[in-house]
Amino acid sequence: MYLYDSYDQAMVDARVAEFRDQARRRLEGKLTEDQFKPLRLQNGLYLQLHAYMLRVAVPYGTLNSAQMHMLADIADKYDRGYGHFTTRQNIQYNWIKLEEAGDLLADLASVEMHAIQTSGNCIRNISSDHFAGAAADELVDPRPYAELLRQWSSFHPEFLHLPRKFKIAVIASDTDRAAMRLHDIGIQIVKNDAGEVGCAFYVGGGMGRTPMVAPLIKDFVPLDQLITYSEACLRVYNRYGRRDNKYKARIKILVHELGKDEYARQVEEEFAHLQSQGIEPPLAELARIATFFADPAFESGLSTELDRSNPDFALWADRNTHPHKQAGYISAVISLKPVGGIPGDASAEQMHTIADLAKEYSFDEMRVMHTQNIVLPHVKIADLHTLWAKLEAAGLGTPNLDTIEDIIACPGLDYCSLANARSIPVAQKIATRFAEKGRTAELGELKLKISGCINACGHHHAGHIGILGVDKKGTENYQLLLGGSEAQDTSLAKITGPGFDEDGIVDAVEKATDVYLAQRQQGERFLDTYRRIGMDPFKEALYG
Amino acid sequence: MADVLGTSPDEVQFRFRDDEVVDHGTVTVDSFLDQSNATAVRIEPGDDARALLPHLERIALVEVNFPSFMDGRGYSVARILREAGYQGELRAVGDVLIDQLLPMRRCGFDAFAPDQKLDEADAQAAFDRFPHAYQSASDARQPIWNLRHD
Ligand code: HEM
Ligand code: SF4
Repeated sequence: MYLYDSYDQAMVDARVAEFRDQARRRLEGKLTEDQFKPLRLQNGLYLQLHAYMLRVAVPYGTLNSAQMHMLADIADKYDRGYGHFTTRQNIQYNWIKLEEAGDLLADLASVEMHAIQTSGNCIRNISSDHFAGAAADELVDPRPYAELLRQWSSFHPEFLHLPRKFKIAVIASDTDRAAMRLHDIGIQIVKNDAGEVGCAFYVGGGMGRTPMVAPLIKDFVPLDQLITYSEACLRVYNRYGRRDNKYKARIKILVHELGKDEYARQVEEEFAHLQSQGIEPPLAELARIATFFADPAFESGLSTELDRSNPDFALWADRNTHPHKQAGYISAVISLKPVGGIPGDASAEQMHTIADLAKEYSFDEMRVMHTQNIVLPHVKIADLHTLWAKLEAAGLGTPNLDTIEDIIACPGLDYCSLANARSIPVAQKIATRFAEKGRTAELGELKLKISGCINACGHHHAGHIGILGVDKKGTENYQLLLGGSEAQDTSLAKITGPGFDEDGIVDAVEKATDVYLAQRQQGERFLDTYRRIGMDPFKEALYG
Repeated sequence: MADVLGTSPDEVQFRFRDDEVVDHGTVTVDSFLDQSNATAVRIEPGDDARALLPHLERIALVEVNFPSFMDGRGYSVARILREAGYQGELRAVGDVLIDQLLPMRRCGFDAFAPDQKLDEADAQAAFDRFPHAYQSASDARQPIWNLRHD
């Protein structure tokens, strides 16, 4: 994985010093809270209901064990012994004291980590495919491109005060595991007819109150124009994105209002101009970065046999692994969705365990998934049983990847000052209901996502089943949505009708799954059945 | 004669030029385009800086107003002018704060007239804080990725 050189380290260290200085000026009254707020946000510090939250960037979700150990130590030292892995492959802490934030950032810098631009109206952490560098179906490893974009976007002087936050995802396979088209810019690394590698740009996606799927605006940008083209996309947005209304300020609104063709034309014009400005990094830099992402020393001739004699292990192996490009290896997913737990939470002790296992079984590497789980990308198939046994012993062996128990949920009213309703208890109740009834397996792949308000941090628009917390005359109420997807077949979920109370929404989810089970045809997932039969049969069952 | 706007030389707190401070008031972009002799112009966030490009030769001062430091359009304005070859003074005015000085400088501003005078020591520290920069902009810094491959 990428390692800092002295330049990278100097930049991150300077940032820590800068933040300490800003905090000092705030305390001395030289900065008002309004002036300080965007500065702390750009260092990941968010004021929540009870305390500050701090969001740490995990660039494209990749971590080594030293970093994971540090994240665990930070949980112990500055939080209450927990961290929360997020839907953008980051980790956040919910109980941070402002006075300690500088020390926390310094601790992060000591393991080549930071919280730079994890919040605020700037270019955020670049996300990517959590199986990058391991997946059997990828064209190339997308992470070198993501790292190049990380450097370009870090402290970019022109784009620190955009109309609104800006999220970029990079993938390199036709299977989308990063919700690429729900980002402000989604980049897919592709090959053109001449066999050259380049980038397809999708611009103007996003969730929030007006969800939109990003349209393709350019099908091929050569690798030696990647930064220049990105800069052109951002400049058009910075100049023309709406600033009169923060709910209309995301780039999706600009692209929508201009139309994708007109937006693309303006970008093209800016791009033509910027190409004369020499802002593109040398290709040698991309090559330098790529060396860090070379394959680890895989062994060849390994066994590909899996001993399936233990049914619990076989179930976990079937659910929680993904095919690897190297014969004899597999990617293993550690579920952070124990039934009844808080989705995405990990204790310091669990983080230490995961770090140790990554060191022993996965070439010292981990990935954070946007579904709030952790991947050990490169595990020998021969080691899989031992790994599973150790995970089981640590309470980390839950076999529920991509099932109805693998719920994405935002912090909701338990933590968030913007929330209408709690998300976490609803997630807990749903997972428990289906686990107790033994229905999880029967339902197969079913992606359920919960947001506590219209901001959609929990990706409810993209759930096969989505749940949205709303405020109904001062009480918590939940709307049910069906038919969303954030995979390559991206679609936005639709609201079924009137909302439900907390227990009612759990029943409603169950009714929707009953309709699916009664109507499904051979091989259909919930989403496929919904797409075939439409909303009416579900409405009938829910409200009829 | 259009209303004369803008800051006066004694409001300029930081300046990175050796020439004389331009001492004539600026006019709006619209008035500037109506006049053939104006040499100083003031850009508001919604203005299109590109309208000035045919006239750069005769401009000695461009003021870019930041009514709120949260509105970042002025950064693009600065780069557009510098990329087009504008050599005159580029003055950031309005809600200009310590922590925006360096990014503004990198985008090509070479004079600063903040509404509220800034602490000199804090400002100096901010200008000098980062030893390097990752990306090319409109200042003289070589981006890190060039330094790596010298
Ligand atoms: C204290 C309040 C909030 C909390 C705790 C919160 C939490 C989160 C979390 C954990 C994520 C994943 C972030 C990442 O890893 O980078 C996220 C993403 C997101 N947040 Fe929030 N958030 C809050 C406020 C907001 C607000 C104010 C908005 C919008 C006005 C918002 C909209 C979103 C959206 C839309 C996403 C992801 C989807 C997208 O890219 O469009 N959140 N939020
Ligand atoms: S979706 Fe709403 S309630 Fe949930 S974290 Fe985001 S802002 Fe808070």
